[in-house]
Amino acid sequence: MPSRSQPFDVLVVGGGPAGIAAAVSAASRGVTVGLLDDNLTVGGQIWRGEEKNATRPESRDWFEKLRSSNVQLIAQARVFQQPMPGMLLADTPAEVVELQYANLVLATGARERFLPFPGWTLPNVMGAGGLQALVKSGLPIAGKSVVVAGTGPLLLAVARYLRKQGAEIRLIAEQASRRKLIRFAANLLHQPGKLAQALELGRYLRAVRFAPNSWPMAAQGKDELESVTLSVDGSPETIACDYLACGFHLVPNTELASLLGCELKHGYVSVDETQATSIGSVFCAGEPTGIGGVELALIEGQIAGLAASKQRLPARLLRDRDKLKRFVVLLDETFQLRTELRSLGQPENIVCRCEDVPLAQVRRYTSWRAAKLHTRCGMGPCQGRICGPATEFLFKWRPDSVRPPIFPTGLEALATTPGQYQIVTGGEQ
Amino acid sequence: MSMPDRLTITIDGVPLSVAPGTTVAAAVMIAGKFCRNSVTGERRGPLCGMGICFECRMSINGLPHSRTCQVLCENGMEVRTDA
Amino acid sequence: MSTSTYDVLIVGAGIVGAACADACAREGMRVAVVDGDIVGGGTTAAGMGHIVVMDDSEAQFALTRYSQRLWQELRPELPDDVEYEQCGTIWVSADEEQMSEVRRKQAYYTSRGVPVQILDPSDLERLEPNLRKGMAGGLLVPEDGVLYPPCAARFLLERAQSRGVRTFIGRPVVRMGNGMVRLIDGEQFSAGVLVNAAGSLAPALTPGTDVKKRKGHLVITDRYPGFLRHQLVELGYLKSAHSLTSDSVAFNVQPRRTGQILIGSSRQYGADHKEVDTEIMVRMLRRAEEYMPGLAKLSAIRTWTGFRAATPDKVPLIGPWPEDKTLFLATGHEGLGITTSLGTARLLVDQIVGREPEIAAEPYLPSRVGKEHVHA
Repeated sequence: MPSRSQPFDVLVVGGGPAGIAAAVSAASRGVTVGLLDDNLTVGGQIWRGEEKNATRPESRDWFEKLRSSNVQLIAQARVFQQPMPGMLLADTPAEVVELQYANLVLATGARERFLPFPGWTLPNVMGAGGLQALVKSGLPIAGKSVVVAGTGPLLLAVARYLRKQGAEIRLIAEQASRRKLIRFAANLLHQPGKLAQALELGRYLRAVRFAPNSWPMAAQGKDELESVTLSVDGSPETIACDYLACGFHLVPNTELASLLGCELKHGYVSVDETQATSIGSVFCAGEPTGIGGVELALIEGQIAGLAASKQRLPARLLRDRDKLKRFVVLLDETFQLRTELRSLGQPENIVCRCEDVPLAQVRRYTSWRAAKLHTRCGMGPCQGRICGPATEFLFKWRPDSVRPPIFPTGLEALATTPGQYQIVTGGEQ
Repeated sequence: MSMPDRLTITIDGVPLSVAPGTTVAAAVMIAGKFCRNSVTGERRGPLCGMGICFECRMSINGLPHSRTCQVLCENGMEVRTDA
Repeated sequence: MSTSTYDVLIVGAGIVGAACADACAREGMRVAVVDGDIVGGGTTAAGMGHIVVMDDSEAQFALTRYSQRLWQELRPELPDDVEYEQCGTIWVSADEEQMSEVRRKQAYYTSRGVPVQILDPSDLERLEPNLRKGMAGGLLVPEDGVLYPPCAARFLLERAQSRGVRTFIGRPVVRMGNGMVRLIDGEQFSAGVLVNAAGSLAPALTPGTDVKKRKGHLVITDRYPGFLRHQLVELGYLKSAHSLTSDSVAFNVQPRRTGQILIGSSRQYGADHKEVDTEIMVRMLRRAEEYMPGLAKLSAIRTWTGFRAATPDKVPLIGPWPEDKTLFLATGHEGLGITTSLGTARLLVDQIVGREPEIAAEPYLPSRVGKEHVHA
């Protein structure tokens, strides 16, 4: 029975690499740490399934550290509200949980960006990470054909994983130009340890068809996907396939940070050199501060965890972060969306999938809020998480303010006063 | 107690055997069904795989709007598509 | 007067401003509408969108009944996205004491030609199976309805535009009076008649207007078609609306055409910030769950707040402002802005052109509010 006595010294929201690193780093004798994640198991997106089945040494190490730490894991918990400073409410399958904390680390990760194009709503058109997640949760992919498209390092990672599971990767279509990709690869080589990765990547790419300067134009099929037409290095090409794994890089999950009042800059959570946000005792690490990949997330997570637990910050860590921070800029520059992608969506194509609002309707308005009020775009259960980044790219619209609940939540959960929940605190173990 | 080799759930009344660790969304795809009809009647399946897009929403044991990509199949679970 | 750019200049493109623009345009006047934000983006966007008759006072009844009729006439022309539904209202009575109030209302409405029907517990169960059992009964007002306000405001404004009305949206007004309106960027417009339809922002433009912000909360669910068929209101609603000083909640739910359920209502005085007040929202939801326990199982997608424009006597201000010959007010509609927008517009236009209005204008005249005005 959890104790009612004390709040967590450090509460970490998000169980991906940044969150795990933060929780482990914070946990030391006398410091109570909680780690919250809305998934069934920790690992976030990029380390999904790694806890049981580590495929790389770094995830294995961190999961080992997590297991041997005294971090209290709270799985299947989705934060939806902050009723007062120092407290969060999270929805779990059984009940609502009230979490009190002295220090908070937000490691809420990122999600894929989707852009509308003809046929993008067909079943079996999914995000790149989306298809990977489904396969990791039991979808058989052996013998199935997949086209991977969009932009970002995720495409290659997903293609590699799917191929290992027996899928036939017909094409990886990356919208970035050849020149940008070569520059990216060259920059990677400057990192120690990256050479091995680069060589492995090179080997892999010789086995799979990879096309830069390429993007999807239309997905076809009657009841589900049957083929995809892409612009492949300037020429249209139609490829029959079972799945289209398509995502246009990543968008930070900043909703909780916004709800707490943290300052954002250019859509990312502003943090200082200790990963502290503009709100006292709230830290942020990983993708919400800038899309920078796993290694940077691990470093930032460690810094945030140490800072949140008032421990010394080793100079080495700070130096490593500075070195890795350039990846944020590099990723951003390399995988910037080209203007051609703005014309993929046709007027009749749906941009808001929850409410089936076509582009033609939404285009009549000059702001996100006006479009939402008048067309219902963004009024569905995804709360604009899918259509928001699309319209931001297409029309340069900024999203509006965040209100609770930051995820759809049962009314029962929303309607209970703090103090009446199963309190999960960092009391005695 | 040892882990069962397979689980059985029903999808729209039709039983399906799945491996433990399979989510309901994956199970529905295995069954060759789609998750829901959109508000204008388009067939939809999972998109994001991480509990955000709600395209995978279905009714599980009578509870509508469940994000099935984040729910593990359990023996005897009753899943209804487009519900 | 020959230097006037417009005959009528309306500040506020919410439901009231849009209705006024539409009505003025039909008279062939040269009209302009100015708003600092987006069409229907203020209180209009936040409200519940009900079209109801209310019996809190004769003045309120006259205006709501008049307006409701106008909405029914307009209905065939409303586009789909206005989502007009004549779902009716059921005033829910929780006990015998409230049943006497039900009977009073029934007599009141019947004598004034509004069709109503007293419901007993079995009627309630049949009409609204998700209401908690054990209610004493209720009053059904079948001609009440709901619509989606931002699109209604847009429809009215677009109709006005098709008759030549000019709109200046996204241009905040900093001063209005004496036939002139100045925008934040320095541009000025002049008009023979100015209309302050700025809702809860009206006093900022016309100091001395006794309109106060009355914050309300709303929660909307995901789609559950068939869960709710009518608008439901508890009889305590008016008590909540009455209180001039304390925060209150009252059960009020509404079915949207999407199958979503809109849950209200709350009233706060003196709350100036837009953020959701957790305590009030929780009280409001718990009140709603007392009447409809099944709500607890539904998923809530969004919560928001809005500021009603409230007057001390709960009657709106429609008519000339005594201190400025060029200025008319069309504001102070509290929770009945959507309903009474059409009637307000008619009253306003009749007064502008000097025509006998279809209902008596006296109860709504700004000049009714005492001789002493609060000076800035």
